[in-house]
Amino acid sequence: MIINHPLLGPRDANEFIHLGDASLINRPDGMADDAAEKFHDYLYLRDNPAGEYRELWYHDAGDRSWLVVTRNTLTHEISSVEMARDVARKQGRSK
Amino acid sequence: MSNDFRIDGGMVDRNQPLTFKFNNKTLHGFHGDTLASALLANGERLVGRSFKYHRPRGIFSAGSEEPNALVQLRSGAYQEPNTRATTAELFDGLTATSQNHRGPLGFDVMSVTDLLSPFIGAGFYYKTFMWPAAFWEKIYEPVIRASAGLGALSMQEDPDKYDKGFLHCDLLITGAGPSGLAAALAAGRAGARVILADEDFELGGRLNAESHEIAGMSGRDWVTQTRIELSSMDNVRILPRTTVWGAFDHGIYGALERKTDHLPHAGDKPRQVLWRIYTKRAMICGGATERSIAFANNDRPGIMLAGSIRAYANRWAVATGKQVAIFTNNDSGWQTAAELAALGVNITAIIDPRDIPAPMHISGASIAMGTSVCNTAGRKQLHRITLTNGQTLNADCLGVSGGWSPNVHLTCHQRGRPVWNDNIAGFVPGGDLPVGQTIAGASNGDMTLSAALKSGHKSANAAIKSLGFTPSRAQAPRAADEPFAIKQFWHVTGHKARAWVDLQNDVTTKDIKQSQAEGFRAVEHLKRYTTLGMATDQGKTSNILGLAVMAEATGKTIPETGTTIFRPPYSPVAIGAFGGRERGQHFHPTRLTPSHKWATEQGAEFVEVGNWLRAQWFHRAGDKSWRDSVDREVIKTRKSVGVCDVSTLGKIDIKGADAAAFLNKIYSNPFAKVPVGRVRYGLMLREDGICYDDGTTARMSENHFVMTTTTANAVLVYRNMEFARQCLFPDMDVHLISTTDQWAQFAVAGPKSRDVIAKLADDIDVSNDGFPFMACADVTVCGGTPARLFRISFSGEIAYELAVPARFGDALIREIMAAGAEHDITPYGVEALNVMRIEKGHVTGAELDGRITAFNINMDGMVNKKKDSIGSTLSQRELMIADDQVRLVGIKIVDKSDTLTAGAHLIAPDTAPTTQNDLGWISSVCYSPHFDQHIGLGFLKAGNAKHGDIIRAWDGVRGTDVDVEITSPHMYDPEGGLQRG
Repeated sequence: MIINHPLLGPRDANEFIHLGDASLINRPDGMADDAAEKFHDYLYLRDNPAGEYRELWYHDAGDRSWLVVTRNTLTHEISSVEMARDVARKQGRSK
Repeated sequence: MSNDFRIDGGMVDRNQPLTFKFNNKTLHGFHGDTLASALLANGERLVGRSFKYHRPRGIFSAGSEEPNALVQLRSGAYQEPNTRATTAELFDGLTATSQNHRGPLGFDVMSVTDLLSPFIGAGFYYKTFMWPAAFWEKIYEPVIRASAGLGALSMQEDPDKYDKGFLHCDLLITGAGPSGLAAALAAGRAGARVILADEDFELGGRLNAESHEIAGMSGRDWVTQTRIELSSMDNVRILPRTTVWGAFDHGIYGALERKTDHLPHAGDKPRQVLWRIYTKRAMICGGATERSIAFANNDRPGIMLAGSIRAYANRWAVATGKQVAIFTNNDSGWQTAAELAALGVNITAIIDPRDIPAPMHISGASIAMGTSVCNTAGRKQLHRITLTNGQTLNADCLGVSGGWSPNVHLTCHQRGRPVWNDNIAGFVPGGDLPVGQTIAGASNGDMTLSAALKSGHKSANAAIKSLGFTPSRAQAPRAADEPFAIKQFWHVTGHKARAWVDLQNDVTTKDIKQSQAEGFRAVEHLKRYTTLGMATDQGKTSNILGLAVMAEATGKTIPETGTTIFRPPYSPVAIGAFGGRERGQHFHPTRLTPSHKWATEQGAEFVEVGNWLRAQWFHRAGDKSWRDSVDREVIKTRKSVGVCDVSTLGKIDIKGADAAAFLNKIYSNPFAKVPVGRVRYGLMLREDGICYDDGTTARMSENHFVMTTTTANAVLVYRNMEFARQCLFPDMDVHLISTTDQWAQFAVAGPKSRDVIAKLADDIDVSNDGFPFMACADVTVCGGTPARLFRISFSGEIAYELAVPARFGDALIREIMAAGAEHDITPYGVEALNVMRIEKGHVTGAELDGRITAFNINMDGMVNKKKDSIGSTLSQRELMIADDQVRLVGIKIVDKSDTLTAGAHLIAPDTAPTTQNDLGWISSVCYSPHFDQHIGLGFLKAGNAKHGDIIRAWDGVRGTDVDVEITSPHMYDPEGGLQRG
């Protein structure tokens, strides 16, 4: 596979390490009252779609960016690649 | 007998005669021959024995689809089994031997299995080697292993070199037959970057095997002219001897180029190169493969594919027999008869099951329409054929054509499903090709020459146009269309003898019918039950025939029956090619510590720790065993001073205004208020609350921290920290960089360590007040060399870690040894390091094994509940902090003469060693010179309340069962006074 890195252009998938569902960005607040339940869902409940899937890849043999890659699990077609940091900010994460 | 079967013409170079050996018999051929064509020219018919029944077999085809003629090529360490004689290029001095027989090829004692064939049909293994279970390992497996496989490995290391490479192109064209060459011309003339790959050593594909004309010249001349034009284009790369064996995601193709297989010696060149080709567009011009017809005893030497007979005659100038008969259900078989007759070969008969008028007249041949071959005779060589009309004919060669199957393999590697085309009686690609791929020529069902040239030309133009190139105005090369009419006719019934479908795996029509009768009717089941198509040829000449027979047996149509899934590789690829240069020493990189050279001089034994080589112990005169060395290193360190290279620990530099706040998230214990100039021990959890790493982090200045991680987890910790930084806390002002390789770091430990450091460090007060336990500072050593000094201790002694830029590491270890000479400083390795940390009760990877929480290692106090750090929430789950969970304990043996083993189970006295009674385990053990006995660390249920108890360490694997005393894990200096002193 080839991942079109937003900063570095097309790179072979061998340079990357795959982590999993991009929902891992949405880490709950550990100090909230229902934190234990939220963390359970965050860590253990995942969708397993046959089709478009947003997932995290790490450019281990490259610039060490974390990326959010939208990949079709049926065809391996990659429809978008974003910097995970930008995605996290868009989703309201800060410090 | 030499070249008795050679005829005029062909593409072999008679000016370059070659000598070779087959089964120690010296034979002669010409440059341009394959081993198969040379064997046939010499009249060698019997070339091997079949896999299961050890039937005599001869050459069946003329290409990579060959099921029978597998030989062992070369000798000694260079010997390669299961090489297809039909693709092996002849070179001077080539040696080959036949395989899969005991005794000489002509008299194989294993051919007794053929007589047993009624008992060893499909599913024989599944049914027979079931019981008794005691027979599996001792009897069945050795017997099966002895009779399995075809050729033999040399059992020596492969002396050849293999390489890997990367190529990029606009258009990859797989196959240099008429459609591929027409495509390459079109794309090349338009300026696209083209790679043209073909598995053959000559370009041209079937054009070399036929007598076609293109653009008013012979097909062969057209190939030469085209090759010259393509070679003159800088944008076209021609790769002969290159098999494109797999189509992968995003236009990436795997290809194997045989660089020196055709040479007597590879010299210093690689034998093969595994290419990874990145394409924007790819065209499959893979042609078609002829298939057989099933009839009784259709596997005898001399029975061959009709198109291959034509190839041997036209390309290699070899007549495959003196009396050739043809059995064909399509017009292509007639072509063979006509061309052979024109070359002066005697055609005895043409048998065609179709009820049509004979398509042509062949002089001297008897023609039997509406008739089939129903049996053959001749043990090591075909002598006679019997027809369904009762006629018996003499023939030493029978050409069979059951039609041509388009080579759709590469179009199906992404799970595409081919569709049945009744006109050509073959599967053609469905609409679901891999992205960017198109297909042309016979592999797309364009079975005639003119159609193939046109489709190659047209597809290439469409492909490059989609990339923005302007196609040239040139037209497709002109040629005529040859007749290709076919009747679907698969097997001749009504005869009891076996009729072969898959020659390489010895699968007959009877096996397929049995598979059907026993319920294995789906093609994927049929394949696995009968092994149809599972041999090294992957059933290229047999799969379609097999599923046609299955379709008949089940009363379904062929499209309803479907095909099995096509997977890479298209043809076998040597494991060596996948390995490339990454073998032996180069399998993974070797990382050497900055003191490696010095340690080698000092007599160190090294141990692999990941990619690192670390000193394990240092041998000294008088040491009788490794234990003597380790004990000495521990005792001397604890009594005076020792030094150990700890550069392999992961080091991460952390900078930024939010560095402290960031570490507060990463570590479970608080880091926000670590003072500048101080080091703190930190515990890292996974988000599920399990501990995965620990280490120390030093605050060098307000916004600068230096972290150490364990050697094993350096990469993972760094990755996880980047995840937290980029994905969880994207606005924190913090930056990370791994500096593991940039710093050489030495632990100097022992009561005299302060003296040594004082001598080395410039202008710094190393007294206990001036530089107390857990202090750190940027310093200089040895008169101005920049360094970092940490007062941290893994051994439990007064200890320092001194770091300098890696390039000064070798110099520093020598300076440390010189400075410590008056105290008889001892270098120590990782064994002594391990002994001292066990004595002290520090955990390492043996304890933090991915199941252990902070609570388990008695560090629950280090999970701060007032802040939200990674893993803190889930580490507090009820059952993970329940009183009966295992706790880290120290373990001392009761009888000092006993030994402990890591992995032993802890059980109560007087209980049976069962899962129910299991109380925990021992994770680390060592011999402790300090306590003069074996000690260990382990995990025991509610272990905190069990200090002082005597229980048992039971090791069922090693057969030991000893009494042990449970203690605090901090066995050496439990109050920690020494390290603070």
